[in-house]
Amino acid sequence: MKVLVIGAGIIGSAIARWAARAGVEVVVLDGAGAASGTTSRGEGNILLSDKAPGLELDLARLSRTLWDDLGEDLGRERFELQDKGGLVVPTSPEATAALDAFATSQRVAGVQARSVEDVHDLEPYLAPDLASGMHYPEDAQVQPVLAAHALLADARAAGARVFLGDPVIGGTLSGPGVRTASGAVHRADAVVNAAGTWGGAVGRLLGAPVPVLPRRGFILVTEPCPPMIRHKVYSADYVANVASSDAGLETSCVVESTPGGTILIGASRERVGFELALRVEVVERLAAQAVRLYPVLAGRQLLRVYRGFRPYCPDHLPVIGPDPRLPWLLHACGHEGAGIGLATGTAALVTAYLTGDDPGLVDAFAGLKPNRLLTEEAS
Amino acid sequence: MTTFRFDGAEIPFRRGQSVAAALLAAGVSAVRRTRGADAPRGVFCGIGVCFDCLATIDGAGGVRTCQVIATEGLEVTSAEPAASAPPPSESAALETVADLAIVGGGPAGMAAAAAALEGGLRVVLMDAGAEVGGQYWRFPPAGSDLGRGEDLHHDLATYAGLRERLAEGERAGRLDLRRGTEVWATVRTGQAWRVHLTPTSPRPGVITARWLLVATGAHDLALPFPGWDLPGVMTVGGLQSLLKGSDVLPGQRVVVAGSGPFLLPVAAGLAARGSRVLALCEAGRPGGWARGLPAVVAQPGKVREAAGYAALLARHRVQLRSATVVVRALGAQRLEAVEVARLDRSGRVDRSSAQQIEVDALGVSWGFVPRLDLLTPHRPRMRRGVDGQMVVAVDGWQASSIPGLLVAGETCGVGGAGLALAEGRLAGLGVRAAQGERLDDAQVARLRREVASLRRFADLVQARTVVLHGWLHDQPDDTVLCRCEETRLGAARAVIAQHGDLDPGLLKHHTRAGMGWCQGRICGPATRMLCGTPDRVEERLLATPVRLGDLAARSDMHRSENPAMKEPT
Ligand SMILES: Cc1cc2nc3c(=O)[nH]c(=O)nc-3n(C[C@H](O)[C@H](O)[C@H](O)COP(=O)(O)OP(=O)(O)OC[C@H]3O[C@@H](n4cnc5c(N)ncnc54)[C@H](O)[C@@H]3O)c2cc1C
Ligand SMILES: Cc1cc2nc3c(=O)[nH]c(=O)nc-3n(C[C@H](O)[C@H](O)[C@H](O)COP(=O)(O)OP(=O)(O)OC[C@H]3O[C@@H](n4cnc5c(N)ncnc54)[C@H](O)[C@@H]3O)c2cc1C
Ligand code: FES
Repeated sequence: MKVLVIGAGIIGSAIARWAARAGVEVVVLDGAGAASGTTSRGEGNILLSDKAPGLELDLARLSRTLWDDLGEDLGRERFELQDKGGLVVPTSPEATAALDAFATSQRVAGVQARSVEDVHDLEPYLAPDLASGMHYPEDAQVQPVLAAHALLADARAAGARVFLGDPVIGGTLSGPGVRTASGAVHRADAVVNAAGTWGGAVGRLLGAPVPVLPRRGFILVTEPCPPMIRHKVYSADYVANVASSDAGLETSCVVESTPGGTILIGASRERVGFELALRVEVVERLAAQAVRLYPVLAGRQLLRVYRGFRPYCPDHLPVIGPDPRLPWLLHACGHEGAGIGLATGTAALVTAYLTGDDPGLVDAFAGLKPNRLLTEEAS
Repeated sequence: MTTFRFDGAEIPFRRGQSVAAALLAAGVSAVRRTRGADAPRGVFCGIGVCFDCLATIDGAGGVRTCQVIATEGLEVTSAEPAASAPPPSESAALETVADLAIVGGGPAGMAAAAAALEGGLRVVLMDAGAEVGGQYWRFPPAGSDLGRGEDLHHDLATYAGLRERLAEGERAGRLDLRRGTEVWATVRTGQAWRVHLTPTSPRPGVITARWLLVATGAHDLALPFPGWDLPGVMTVGGLQSLLKGSDVLPGQRVVVAGSGPFLLPVAAGLAARGSRVLALCEAGRPGGWARGLPAVVAQPGKVREAAGYAALLARHRVQLRSATVVVRALGAQRLEAVEVARLDRSGRVDRSSAQQIEVDALGVSWGFVPRLDLLTPHRPRMRRGVDGQMVVAVDGWQASSIPGLLVAGETCGVGGAGLALAEGRLAGLGVRAAQGERLDDAQVARLRREVASLRRFADLVQARTVVLHGWLHDQPDDTVLCRCEETRLGAARAVIAQHGDLDPGLLKHHTRAGMGWCQGRICGPATRMLCGTPDRVEERLLATPVRLGDLAARSDMHRSENPAMKEPT
């Protein structure tokens, strides 16, 4: 079995590693550098807390376990895997009620969600008027670029070959394979489309488009600060945001500190295509929400703002599985704002498709297959 | 006597001096200590780019002391601010409308403003500095107790003429001159540009204009070597800014090193004011950049200027050492000595020639890095300058490939003050032409010829300025690469060896090089060298830091004005 993985982001790197470790012959192709796409443009939250019961939460729970296994195998510090836990803080009575109901449904699905009387016990610097909250001890964090590079290095160690800086520009005339800009032709038994936000375009190049669209997000980075934020802390509005498909701007910030001392404040969600321009109101609003949670941040300097484009499908679920139009082509993209967290589970699932060794897993996630998106005129 | 307090001690100052300069004059060379290695840090760039000189002032943390003019009773501390946040600065949502917004009041920005004002346009001219003039004409602010330092300057008649025309513009109500005003972002919305001023500016808010000229100049190019993070080691421009802007001698015994014509005026100025310049080390070979420049014929003024410095240096017995570099800065808590050595014919350091010189201050500069932060987010077409760095490409009116975005001075190619003046004037005329004014074709043609001639001259000078591509090879692994995050060269080398091709954007995720206060502005040239990606153009959506509390306050304002921005509940 030989597979071509298009895309060396977190998804492609994880697939390469899992497949190579399962004995598959792997070739990874990326048009740019490893992890230079959306993977270097996000935060590294591995969250259960923001997911409603359903397939995505199932994949997130599987992934969470596999991240721990990966930490055991490769060393947690190699990609800064931290069991921080999340703390969700409602800022209005309506949000408190919604959060309680949400957490109850999550507990049924097996998520640990612990109600906290006084959030200051966990986070002393939170605004004094905030009271109760929900603690999710399973939420964790990785450094996405380090994780992708570690996965890719391990894939290489298991025999995978990696070609960077040479984009795929089309398929071959017959059978599974691709052509690249340099003129190279790669053939294999299967091809995995792990091109993230560009997964739609890559599908089209190969003759099997899938609807993957960009959803822009800005992230704010502060000056290095003394330790004051221990968990991933976010306002309960986030819960509503993630599930929403409203076209407009949504912000509800997640605040967390990094090992370097900087504090990350993320992230907005906007559907504006690949528009690059800074939107000052978005930055101001994220700042306001962060200061609302942590008044001590008011005096801290913002050093950097960056943006990325999350890959999303119309139903906000990733597309993972073989394409009915080209059975040798598997898609593994469209992970939106959760691709880092979901990478390990996605890799296990794609490997199960490739090797046929774990039909149970394939069955459990059949709902993520491309079929669902390929109604009338998909593209 | 006027004083402010630093960590409890009374620091005397003369009105007009920066806090950093007054501290240095009082013998305080380390303003703070680093978070990681607890290493002392003091003034390095002198112009607000490196963030080494940070302190807490009146409760506000992360303030660049080189950018703050000292006032009576300031409370300056090297410690972090208390956890309680200071109240946000007054940030009335002042909206100002103009035809032309100019960021940068150096020679380019001033000349552009003057030309635009002549044509009746409404102009807003903004500069982070306390006084206009840029790096070339750096003066203490109005009303200071310091001398004007006229002996340190050139082309003062040109400066006076431009100042007069700006003053006329202000009197006529068509020029809004904003000193001490830093721009943190520029955004294009429809046909207009929106220029966002830091909330700590005297009149914060937003400028809206049809045309935007970015003339933000450059900062010194510095490359890592052992000890370059010691207080007392500065850029050559840093020495110059202390002397010209605050009338402070950075040291009694000084060495100036690197390459390029800029070393001369600074060494000459320091010598004239009483520093002992113990060596002027030019990495180039004898004659170097100044010898046999064919374009010199067209620029006799430059030759006279260089001859003047040479005479001055000779009078002060300054040793001019060619093919010589500073290989090490030595000292415990501050600079005590430098080690200089000769370069062999292949450009490698000849260690056997090493010699130590005891000094108080060292200035290093390998040329200039254009300040492109307000430009690159708009993705204008770039071109590679003669020195190998990417700059913004412009047409015959100084227009970039982005509609309404003009570029003049160092930001479209390092070339010095004369070129910046000519380009600025052309940009100002260009806006008038675009507004429909009929200009004197002959005058425009003359100006374009002048720009072309000065550009040829600048390119020749730069081509002769030594760029040491092998410089980093000679630096040991424990050399600090990123001053902010204290990343060592060896750590970066190890990551590159392990992961193969990495660009600086990915390298920083592994090493934090470029992730600190200055956001890679200082270590950028070195990391690009290390990664073998000289063409990479850094994109920073923020041109300068902004306090979160100030941004939050502005958000609250929008909310009350505009119900559509209401937070989701
Ligand atoms: C602001 C923001 C915050 C986020 N926060 C989080 C978070 O906290 N937690 C989380 O789990 N997720 C988060 N995400 C989402 C996460 O970053 C993405 O879901 C994830 O990075 C997607 O990974 P990927 O490998 O699919 O895509 P990418 O990393 O984009 O990789 C795709 C690769 O495909 C390559 N490619 C494209 N076209 C071609 C071609 N024709 N030929 C060859 N190669 C090609 C690209 O060069 C790229 O390297 C965030 C995203 C954003 C934007
Ligand atoms: C520290 C230093 C000292 C120098 N000294 C000399 C000298 O003595 N003699 C000489 O011939 N050349 C000197 N130069 C070279 C200098 O670059 C040119 O001579 C000339 O000043 C370039 O003109 P300019 O208008 O392009 O830019 P500059 O003169 O650099 O003017 C740019 C202006 O933009 C402002 N600015 C930058 N970013 C922002 C922002 N975000 N918001 C608001 N304002 C901003 C700066 O404060 C600056 O005043 C020096 C350069 C440096 C870096
Ligand atoms: S010395 Fe003040 S910022 Fe560089």
